[in-house]
Parts: sequence; structure tokens; C-alpha cells
Amino acid sequence: MSVGLEHYLILSAILFSIGLYGALSKRNAIVILMCIEIMLNAVNIAMVGFSRYIVPSLLTGQVFVIFIMAVAAAEAAVGLAIIIAIYRSRETIESTKVDLMKW
Amino acid sequence: MGLDIAFWVLAVVGIAAALMVVSLRDVFRAALSLVLCFLTVAGIYITLSADFLAAVQVLIYVGGISVLILLAIMLTREVQQGSPSNKLRIPAFVVAIIFLGVMAFSLINTPWQVSTVPPIEPTTAALAGKLMSTGGFILPVEIAALLLLAAILGAIVLVREK
Repeated sequence: MSVGLEHYLILSAILFSIGLYGALSKRNAIVILMCIEIMLNAVNIAMVGFSRYIVPSLLTGQVFVIFIMAVAAAEAAVGLAIIIAIYRSRETIESTKVDLMKW
Repeated sequence: MGLDIAFWVLAVVGIAAALMVVSLRDVFRAALSLVLCFLTVAGIYITLSADFLAAVQVLIYVGGISVLILLAIMLTREVQQGSPSNKLRIPAFVVAIIFLGVMAFSLINTPWQVSTVPPIEPTTAALAGKLMSTGGFILPVEIAALLLLAAILGAIVLVREK
């Protein structure tokens, strides 16, 4: 059986599940951010797969991937800046200990 | 046939690298395996004949974001403590498995309208036409530029010494 659309979508779902597990279960804020990047990459694979197999002449999925990459770069820059600022003021980046706004 | 072998190798290596990101105790090694995962995603783009996106993936993710993450790990001395799980580890695993099962079931059982038209190669000129020409995505391109400027300024303000 040759590789088709379903293979790419299943690969995307597996990568997204791994990222979801990591984002929900890790304590280190940087590891949580890394898992979010894995989830964004998984969504990008699904987008390019749809673009290649469903509408090969339109390229709309690839345009969406370019915008997702721009937003992901902005998110990573601001997220890591926030993490470094939290580390400066509280000496920890464990997500369970950063609970200043917790009720 | 060669494309099939490339897909399977890239998929196995990518999933193994992603599993190492969530399972390794050393945060620095987890970040390095994240770089490997990004590289395999670039290879997956090549098997999908998206050459421009593969180059952009290597430039932005492998070159930019991973360096940013490694720098943040060095600036926050949490490497010794590793990356332990919180007490929601088992529920998170169950949620991820249930999500994967539901997604795989619905993906396999959907009748996709696969087109037989050969893909455009190379994609760079076609993508530029999509983004810049009339009726294209020129307004989102401008908004993305503004978003990146705001992100740069926000990052500078957040990490500046008081």
C-alpha cells in the first residue's frame, strides 16, 4: 500500500497527541512551550497534506502554514521572554509554583 | 517507492524524537531532540512536494526557535532539576490516548476526495503569486508583519533589566 493522505494525517495526529500529553503533564515551563511547538508542527503537516492531496493546484494550505509559522515564531519569542521574566522575579519556572494569581 | 521509504523513515524518526522530548529527564537533551523532530518535519514537507516550506521550516524552526529555546534553558538554571511530571501524568496520558483514538477513527473512516492532479513544482513562484497578487492574501501578510513587530517589542520590554 503506497503512502497516501491518511498516512500523513495519522502521523499528524500521533505527533499532536504526544505534544498534548507533554503540555498537560510537564512542570517545566520551557518543556511545555516545546510541546506546544510540536503540536503546531503536527497541525502544519496536516495542512500541507490536505493541500497536496485534496487541492494540489490551489496551494491554500501552504499559505496557511506560512501564517501559522509567523504566529508560532511570535508566540515562542514572547513566551520565552515571559518565562525569563518570571525566572528573574521568582527564581523558578515550575508551572505548579507560579501561582501568584491562583485563587 | 523511494518516497514511501522516505516517508516511513521520517515518520518513525520524528515520532521517536517527539517521544524523547516528553520522556527525557535532561531538558537540554529534550531540546536537542526537538531540533531533530523539526528536521524530520522539514523532510515530511519535501515528500509532500512543498519545497519552499521545507526551506522555511529549516530556517525558522531549526535555525531560529530552537536556538531561542536553548538560550532560554541556559538562562534559567533548571537543567539540574530535569523535567519531572506533575500529578496529572496518568490523566494526561489517558486524554492523549483517547484523543489519538478518536482522531484516527474519524480520519480513517472519512471518504476523502483525493485529487489526481499532479502537484505544482517548484512552489515558490506559485506561493508568491498567492500571497502578493490581487485577490490573494496581501492583507494577512501586512498583519503578520505588524504582529511580528509587536512580538519583538514585547519580548524586548519583558526581558529588559529594570
